[in-house]
Amino acid sequence: MSPSPAPHRLELVCPAGTPAGLRVAVDSGAHAVYCGYRDETNARNFPGLNFDRAEMRAGIAYAHARGAKVLVALNTFMRAGATDLWKRGVDDAVAAGADALILADVALIAYARATHPRQRLHLSVQAAAATPEAIAFYRDRFAIARVVLPRVLTIEEIAWLTAAAAPCETEVFVFGGMCVMAEGRCLLSSYATGKSPNLDGVCSPASHVAYREENGALVASLGGFTIERFAQTEPAGYPTLCKGRFHANGRMLHLFEDPTSLDASELLPKLAQIGVTGLKIEGRQRGRAYIAAVVRTFRRAIDALASGGKSDAGALRAFTEGQRDTTGAYRKAWR
Amino acid sequence: MSAPLRPARLELTLGPVLYNWPNDRWRDFYARIADEAPVDRVCIGEVVCSKRMPFRDGVLSAVLDRLQRGGKQVAYATLALPTTAREMRIIRDIVESGFPVEANDIATVHLLAGRPHLIGPFLNIYNEAALALHVGLGATRTCLPPEMPLHAIPSLAAEGGVEVFAFGRAPLALSARCYHARAHGLAKDACQFVCDRDLDGMAVSTIDGTPFLAVNGVQTLAHVVTAATRQVGDLRRAGVASLRLSPQTCDMVRVARTFRDLADGRIDGDEATAVLASLAFPGPLSDGYLRGLPGVRRLAEAD
Repeated sequence: MSPSPAPHRLELVCPAGTPAGLRVAVDSGAHAVYCGYRDETNARNFPGLNFDRAEMRAGIAYAHARGAKVLVALNTFMRAGATDLWKRGVDDAVAAGADALILADVALIAYARATHPRQRLHLSVQAAAATPEAIAFYRDRFAIARVVLPRVLTIEEIAWLTAAAAPCETEVFVFGGMCVMAEGRCLLSSYATGKSPNLDGVCSPASHVAYREENGALVASLGGFTIERFAQTEPAGYPTLCKGRFHANGRMLHLFEDPTSLDASELLPKLAQIGVTGLKIEGRQRGRAYIAAVVRTFRRAIDALASGGKSDAGALRAFTEGQRDTTGAYRKAWR
Repeated sequence: MSAPLRPARLELTLGPVLYNWPNDRWRDFYARIADEAPVDRVCIGEVVCSKRMPFRDGVLSAVLDRLQRGGKQVAYATLALPTTAREMRIIRDIVESGFPVEANDIATVHLLAGRPHLIGPFLNIYNEAALALHVGLGATRTCLPPEMPLHAIPSLAAEGGVEVFAFGRAPLALSARCYHARAHGLAKDACQFVCDRDLDGMAVSTIDGTPFLAVNGVQTLAHVVTAATRQVGDLRRAGVASLRLSPQTCDMVRVARTFRDLADGRIDGDEATAVLASLAFPGPLSDGYLRGLPGVRRLAEAD
């Protein structure tokens, strides 16, 4: 087992959906990568993604040899009567040399703390800790070292929580998919499809998506419900339930969220100033070219920030959903 | 040799009114519940939006008093998604008042730990280990998440104090953003309390007109109305302690009587369904989640 690399002041935490993705993220400058096992123990339980046991051990060795950390996500909620699968995941990740485990289920956190007293534990965004008291619950009882904050907070709230969480670190999402609902507390996907982020590790799963032509438009549905209609001239997006168009109050609108994605790159100086530690890029389902470009750009921005230079905000526009980005809830007007 | 144990009496809990009902309606609703509804426990309080709270302050103590005189256990349900210091102060005040509390998020559990409390349907307690941990912290009765399938419930019920969401529009999601304000083209900070126009939530349909969801301020709920009429026997045998009925504008006294009759074995699931079918609901009755299917599935729909 190789030793853990030294800590960074601002840590760029990047997605690794596959062993190849892990190598790309590490080679592109990730301080840390996060990944999960190939089963329902992690919240990106998609076909063709994730790691088996041997791949995880090899991935950790690869990252450690290049000075990067590996954070293993076991961030779904344990199935009643079948908690062994999650506990085995914790044990195997610790044995493989994971630098931290990203957990959401309070009972799995308790198990990991009791069984591996020295293991570093992070609180997943799926645990939705959005107040000092919620963070204190996990920090004081289970010595959680870092909490991943929800994407629905303003920059002022992040500052408030970062100060209150200490010595527990905070990590925020800076790029990628935008969860408009309180994470880990959303049943929309299981309502329409029977498959949920909390229990199955999937949201709006591809197995329940269908596209059909209708009067020259492309109609995208989820679980049989029409989520979006694209004109021929429009790029067709994926019908994630909360990004769809609906009728309400006599209007047709993107009721929950526009089909945008998060780009908080211009907020990096502010996030550094308020003491955030982890800057997280979403997208374990993304391809290698995307990961390489996004990771490189953010790493350059972080390094420039550390040496007092300027970051190139806007450089990532081509990679945001529908080529539209948003600083999301980080600015209060979003609400 | 001891006699075979009869399953304990299944209790009924009336959950808090989730919607922004006018004060008069809210007060009159609880007066009738106090006098006529065969429920064991009533949870009251604003769970969805702290901006609505000042409206209730004038009538709250009279309502509490009325419910207690009606023989109901009463608990104060807290906000499901507190995000500000002000909202946490409100919760802290409620906890420190010593009144029984139903916690709806983990921050509130943190404040309540070590003393008996209830847990509402907004916490992620999906397995027996998580429930045991919360029982150890003082949870005496825990409502499971509405998406929990029937087959998963027995292993949790063995830990004790399990409540199952049995009637009403299932709460599905919470957000920092107010969708009522958004649908009306308003900012959350200047919302004009438009959520008071939709007493069962604002109808949300797909772009081709299929009814789908309901919006209640920052909360999203099912369009369908959960009615676990056909599962009550299984739930009782599994050792579930209570059924949760979530208020809608329909005749909730009649709903409570129906579930009481069902829990006591005076009527069966089909008879209960027939009684409910005569009431006016904002959407079709559903038991999809309990059957392990999409939550939107109706009572009659096959797998």
